[in-house]
Amino acid sequence: MRSLSEGRRGVVVALLSTAVVFTGLGFAIVNAPGWPEIRRQFFDRHEFTSTFPDIASAFLLNVKIFCISEAFILVLALLLAVVRSLPGPVFFPLRVLAIVYADFFRGVPTILVITMLGFGAPALALKGVPTSTTFWGIVALVLVYTAYVSEVYRAGIESVHPSQAAAARSLGLSHGQSLRYVVLPQAVRRVIPPLLNDFIGLQKDTALVGVLGSIEAFKQTQIDQAATFNFTSGLAAAVLFVAVTIPLARFTDWLVARDRRRQLAGAPA
Amino acid sequence: MRRLIALALPLCALALTVTGTGGGAVSASCAKADLPLVNDGKLTIGTDNPAYPPWYGGGTPKGSKWKINDPSTGKGFESAVAYAVAKQLGFPRAQVEWTYVPFAKSYAPGKKSFDFDINQISYSPQRAKVVDFSNSYYDVSQAVVVLKGSKIASVRSVAGLKGYTFGVQIGTTSYQAIVGDIKPSSKPRVYDTNDKAVFALKSKQIDALVVDLPTAFYVSAVQIPNAKILGQLPAKPGGEHFGMVLQKGSPLTGCVNKALAALKAKGTLKKIQATWLSKVVGVPVLK
Repeated sequence: MRSLSEGRRGVVVALLSTAVVFTGLGFAIVNAPGWPEIRRQFFDRHEFTSTFPDIASAFLLNVKIFCISEAFILVLALLLAVVRSLPGPVFFPLRVLAIVYADFFRGVPTILVITMLGFGAPALALKGVPTSTTFWGIVALVLVYTAYVSEVYRAGIESVHPSQAAAARSLGLSHGQSLRYVVLPQAVRRVIPPLLNDFIGLQKDTALVGVLGSIEAFKQTQIDQAATFNFTSGLAAAVLFVAVTIPLARFTDWLVARDRRRQLAGAPA
Repeated sequence: MRRLIALALPLCALALTVTGTGGGAVSASCAKADLPLVNDGKLTIGTDNPAYPPWYGGGTPKGSKWKINDPSTGKGFESAVAYAVAKQLGFPRAQVEWTYVPFAKSYAPGKKSFDFDINQISYSPQRAKVVDFSNSYYDVSQAVVVLKGSKIASVRSVAGLKGYTFGVQIGTTSYQAIVGDIKPSSKPRVYDTNDKAVFALKSKQIDALVVDLPTAFYVSAVQIPNAKILGQLPAKPGGEHFGMVLQKGSPLTGCVNKALAALKAKGTLKKIQATWLSKVVGVPVLK
């Protein structure tokens, strides 16, 4: 047990070191020879307020892309993870496919997948193939993130002790039933935090769809930047992205804490 | 504490990179020896890579770092203008050095890596708040490029363009021409490079492309033979012109302007334009 005064001293030290570090940093930055220029081109109040509304309306596209892709990713990634954990030699080709898929789309940079699909697919000029850049941007994001998220699900499935599945099978449940009623409910609950972590990444990567020509928040900042040679609009976009990310991050923290409480509640005192 | 350090590191990096300021010594003289240069004894000129026709020409010699055209060939409109200005300032070709400057880098804060940047950059009062612009070396107008035989190809007025999807390169005044003058009902597609916008038109993802007129000639003649220039957009009051970009408050700006004025008076600028840019006659103005 630490004494009360010791704990109080810790708080004071933390406060002091925080103050010293940030005052020092602030001082170094504000007194840098280029600071007036940086302030004019990165932190211009007028530029911020005048570009914010346009960026906010462009940000709606980011939100739309995020919401649609997230729904598809959640389902497809689970399917992929299940396919990868299918037992028996019959399913070997499916397992190989799932592994190749996950390896490929985790290895290729997201921006490359978006560029190739977004410019390539509509250029085929096939009847019935959509030419919407946002559509292909979403497809690319779903492809890439499904690979990531399937690994998260797989980790969850593998973390469920084999005795669970064995017990389910011994009760007469089929492989599918034991997966559905015993393994997956436990697996998914365990991986919710890393799952949400991937979705924070996805939120930010919606900005990559801009390379296809859709005007999303980041593209809008580039447009504003080029018009006035002022980078402040980037700050406006950052505020918007963070405003969406932080609640999700806190929600994740809360979920983790709740899970911990529940697990500990059952433990002997 | 670890989180604190993680926060502090990028800030430290920022603080370290933030060095150097604009301005520089004010010298009224434009004598070669008095010019404040980025690299001693050499005039360093910036432009983007790839360097596109008709602004740059002559291809790329073996071992060149440049794509499509190497600015040091002296061929193409901007290369020729740059060398003419250099000569006027007292720099023979051997003392001119070209450096790669992406568009966003030309106006990023900090000490510039070039004496002047020549890259089809249009002057605007807002832009001139953070960089110096030379006077005009080319008065530009915006043009609409469409595919032959497409629905939009029969449009004759600006108002008639509203219902179509436009594409444009990011950072261009062509974008402003679309949202400010044409005001289409659907948002334009904005591409990182002109090539991507050209590709989008080719693959019919957009109905029309807006570019400056000389580029429009290149796009319709070389890049998409199946395209045509629908027309020019009406000029804005005061017009639009390209200027070279210099460090804000650079003493060199006045000297470059003097050189440009001399080239205009001698008729050199006109001659260069006649050599490298197609004649603009015959392109209807959309009303």
